[in-house]
Amino acid sequence: MTNSIKQLKWPDYLILAIVIVFFGYIWITIEGTLNYKWRWHLIPNYIVGWHTGREEYFANLLLQGLGATFRISIYASILALILGTLLGVARCSSNLTIRMLARTYLEFLRNIPPVVVVFIFFFFLSQQLIDALNLERWARGIARQENNEIWVFFFGEMRRFPSLISGVIVLALFESAFVGEIIRAGIQSIPKGQREAARSIGMNGLQELRYIVLPQALKKVVPPLANQFITLIKDSAIISLISVQELTFKTVELVASSRMIFEAWITTAAFYFIVCFSLSRVFARLERNSQNN
Amino acid sequence: MNQQTPIIEVANIDKFYGNFHALKDVDLTVRQGEKVVICGPSGSGKSTLIRCFNGLEWHNSGRIVIDEIEVHQNAKRIRELRQEVGMVFQQFNLFPHLTVLENLTIGPMKVRKIAQAQAEETARGYLDRVHIPEQADKYPAQLSGGQQQRVAIARSLCMEPRIMLFDEPTSALDPEMINEVLDVMVELAETGMTMVVVTHEMGFARKVADTMVFMEEGRIVEVSPPNKFFTDPDSDRCRLFLNQILEH
Repeated sequence: MTNSIKQLKWPDYLILAIVIVFFGYIWITIEGTLNYKWRWHLIPNYIVGWHTGREEYFANLLLQGLGATFRISIYASILALILGTLLGVARCSSNLTIRMLARTYLEFLRNIPPVVVVFIFFFFLSQQLIDALNLERWARGIARQENNEIWVFFFGEMRRFPSLISGVIVLALFESAFVGEIIRAGIQSIPKGQREAARSIGMNGLQELRYIVLPQALKKVVPPLANQFITLIKDSAIISLISVQELTFKTVELVASSRMIFEAWITTAAFYFIVCFSLSRVFARLERNSQNN
Repeated sequence: MNQQTPIIEVANIDKFYGNFHALKDVDLTVRQGEKVVICGPSGSGKSTLIRCFNGLEWHNSGRIVIDEIEVHQNAKRIRELRQEVGMVFQQFNLFPHLTVLENLTIGPMKVRKIAQAQAEETARGYLDRVHIPEQADKYPAQLSGGQQQRVAIARSLCMEPRIMLFDEPTSALDPEMINEVLDVMVELAETGMTMVVVTHEMGFARKVADTMVFMEEGRIVEVSPPNKFFTDPDSDRCRLFLNQILEH
């Protein structure tokens, strides 16, 4: 960092000065006309609140939302990885029908706006599935139990469990298309000779895939998959539209009740940024380390 | 030894890649224990021919019978056949994510369903035979080209095949490593293994071959024993080819 500061020459300072003046000007103009009363001091209370009755801190709206975003992102990634691997393998299948089906699924998902995809999956798939499995009643049963801390830790408020599940399913189906393309690229990057060597010692197609191709392909696709995980965290904001109680949804709630439009959204943006940026730094470092070894 | 029963019988096979006629009416018989060396200019169909022997390529017409099994697009039968026919590739094609020992045991364990301990014992035996027992726990990328190719030979041998196919096994090697691989192949030949070798290593061919085959433009042009092949071949094309590669 200090090195890059030393490298700055006078034109760099000029550019920086122009940028600062430009945004400063916009800021002053808005401040003048907007007549907005900033109430930043109230925001921390919506992250961690103080419960006066029980005399303890509790996670308030924004932190609850962030927790839900984490849970949903992690579960959706796992599901997307499984679906995506199947899809990627199907895309490389020697069977034309399987290839065509995988391709159709993929092209649909890639050429329809995410929001529309989310609504279609939600109304046509997730809701029916949740009804069919009777998840609603099962979750309420658990919510009524006394010792449900473990359930709450993993799945949040159990009364909201069905909505969490639909969020995870919708997000995973949506992301599986992209994971599938990454896996396909990984599989196709394995040299033909590897498959020939596997076949020449008598392996069948499944063994070839399981012992030779996939272990190598999955290793190669870790960096792009890590990036896709970050994208998934950002995309998870979309499922607030189907009332999944994650960070964006909670922010909408907070804004509706407190009217702190700017403070709430800026805080939420900061949350997403901190999470996604630090993950991308961590992944970049892990990748560098594994290359050095 | 050479007069025993045929183990590979190739009759009138043709092979096309689109419009390109890669193999033209090829006939060849290999007897049990016989060492056949196939040579010829590049693009003459040598590799294609031996890749047809274990179903890595499919012939379009004609018949290939190996050890009384016809090479056929029946998935189960071709897998059984591949266990009897080992193949060594120009580019080694070792599995880079597995150690040397795992490269050797994965076939016997997953395909032949042999227990790990036994597979490892066999594998170490073959690593001994290719003179690199100390490399068992390394990964392929840590070995030299010559060592990798010897591991590849050992990997094929671990499946206990009855026939070994070699597809230009020394062409991708640095010159100083060629001999260590050829030495292993000579030792293997001395055990009585049936071998079909595509190579330009004429020194090896003279030492080991029972039969020399010369191919050009998808046809077998000459089949003769080495002493005749190297001194007085029937075809002019073969003579020209030999002059070209033996000049230096």
